[in-house]
Amino acid sequence: MSKSISELEEIARKCRVEIVKMVHRAQAGHPGGSLSEIDLISALYATRMRVRPDQPDWEDRDRFILSKGHASPGMYAILAEMGFISHEDLKSYRVLGGVCQGHVDMKWCPGVDFSAGSLGMGLSFGMGCATAARLDASERRAFVMIGDGEMQEGSVWEAAMAAAHHELGNLKVILDRNRIQNDDFCEEQMRMFDIPAKWKAFGWNVKEIDGHDMTQVMEGLDFLEAPENCNGPSILIAHTIKGAGISYMENNPSFHGAAPNDEQFHQAMVELGEVEA
Amino acid sequence: MTRMAATRDGYGQALLDLADNPKVVVLEADLGKSTKSLHFRKAHPERTVSCGIGEQNMLLVGAGMAASGYIPFASTFAIFTERAFEQMRNGVARPNLAVHLCGSHGGTHTGTDGSSAQSIEDLAVFRTLPNVTVLHPCDDVSTRILTARLAETNSPSYMRTARNKTPVLYDDVDPESIQIGKGIELKDGNDVAIIACGVLVSESLKAAEMLIEEGINASVIDMHTLKPLDGALVDQMVERCGALVTAEDHNVIGGLGSAVAEHLVANAFAPLEMVGVPDRFGESGQADEMLDVMKLSAKYIAEAAKKAISRK
Ligand SMILES: Cc1ncc(C[n+]2csc(CCOP(=O)(O)OP(=O)(O)O)c2C)c(N)n1
Ligand SMILES: [Mg+2]
Repeated sequence: MSKSISELEEIARKCRVEIVKMVHRAQAGHPGGSLSEIDLISALYATRMRVRPDQPDWEDRDRFILSKGHASPGMYAILAEMGFISHEDLKSYRVLGGVCQGHVDMKWCPGVDFSAGSLGMGLSFGMGCATAARLDASERRAFVMIGDGEMQEGSVWEAAMAAAHHELGNLKVILDRNRIQNDDFCEEQMRMFDIPAKWKAFGWNVKEIDGHDMTQVMEGLDFLEAPENCNGPSILIAHTIKGAGISYMENNPSFHGAAPNDEQFHQAMVELGEVEA
Repeated sequence: MTRMAATRDGYGQALLDLADNPKVVVLEADLGKSTKSLHFRKAHPERTVSCGIGEQNMLLVGAGMAASGYIPFASTFAIFTERAFEQMRNGVARPNLAVHLCGSHGGTHTGTDGSSAQSIEDLAVFRTLPNVTVLHPCDDVSTRILTARLAETNSPSYMRTARNKTPVLYDDVDPESIQIGKGIELKDGNDVAIIACGVLVSESLKAAEMLIEEGINASVIDMHTLKPLDGALVDQMVERCGALVTAEDHNVIGGLGSAVAEHLVANAFAPLEMVGVPDRFGESGQADEMLDVMKLSAKYIAEAAKKAISRK
């Protein structure tokens, strides 16, 4: 489970390549939020998640719930990297009958613990997993990744209040704070004001990090696991860049849900160091 | 060549047409680019209310505005209108407030986003609400005309539009011929009547072509209004054809087929075959692939027509 910072960065780079390949091949999908989350997910899976890729339904595995389920290419990429699915499976993204459905789906893909696609549902589901783990006296944890736009759903706050009330120390959220949602920048659609203060006021342990600085990501994951933060639910607010790693996608709302064309694809492969310019 | 267009574009255009009425307001839940309310937002930001990703809030903000003399048009994906179902039920339909809810990307035709985005029950659930008019037009022209008519009604509505392009059927139509609650006979025939809505209307026309080759003359009805259902037209089809088929990109439970069946059992009767999603969830696939996977495309409609005739 121990990996150096540069090893983690290389895993994330390879995942970025797969993300761009998937959406380019499908000519559809969500690159922006996959690229913003990938450093976080890579570090989480490569160093923290207690899972068995050869036994994806192992009862005592940690759960990872990608509540922003449209950012599925990011998850499929790390599942392939970990060996839950093959790299060949990635070609089935958005293809009829494929394990890699448009939105992550526990009925279709090994290693996926939640059927997502409707925003604002994953945190409640995660609370259910965490509550069940407590009843089972199991050490397993529920990690939930949510989006910042997603945080506008009222149900997120129902779950936030309930999880703190029940002191679910085995529930851990990572917020992908990339400042963009579907139509536009969050600031234009729905201002969220002081996000850390909101979560603190709901009774959560809160830490903010730069979600692309692998050293900070590891510190953030340490924070989520620290015994002193297992008295109740914790959230890591990761400041990220939507489309991170591909210059023309970065901070560009149009790449929330659009695929690169052939020329843009080539440029992305150059920028990721996959091919020569 | 037939012009191709998506019904959601007709909705976006209609909102712009309606902008002359200062009481018309648009409510969004971070899907304006997709439902096409974005054109109204660009032209009239002061009359567009962004509700963020918060469908439940959006519906009741609409109710409050309707109760204050405004005419709200709220939209999101068809599937996410269901997130606010009880708000629609208790906050909009019960007090009969004229909030107009539009659900885009309806049906399995929505495609590769997969089952979470493919609403197959929206028409059914909204049909169960008293006071609510339920529409599912088949092309951008009729969507534009029907949306404009909604602004003149005094009760709430739900309209489903589709994401992907389908053949345009009403270019050069006389707008007067498209009225809420009145089905439209697109092709007349007397062996069997195919009653369809939305993306399956053009598939039904194709099916009718296939049937002609087998000497079967089918009538094709665009039943763009599911509620109130045009019962008089159904009666006419029963009398003239004596066999019916319904076709919809929606669960066979609760949608157009059910509406027609409910009417039939209480009136003049004829055998009915229902083409619809066979009570299962969808999956990722291209729009046309999904119509085949779900057995909704023209060849299945033609098969159902022959079966209905054989039951006469
Ligand atoms: C309940 C619900 N409403 C609307 C949508 C449509 N939708 C898909 S992604 C998205 C924007 C999400 O933004 P954010 O949570 O910030 O995700 P990210 O930026 O990480 O992609 C929207 C509105 C949805 N999937 N679910
Ligand atoms: Mg975001």
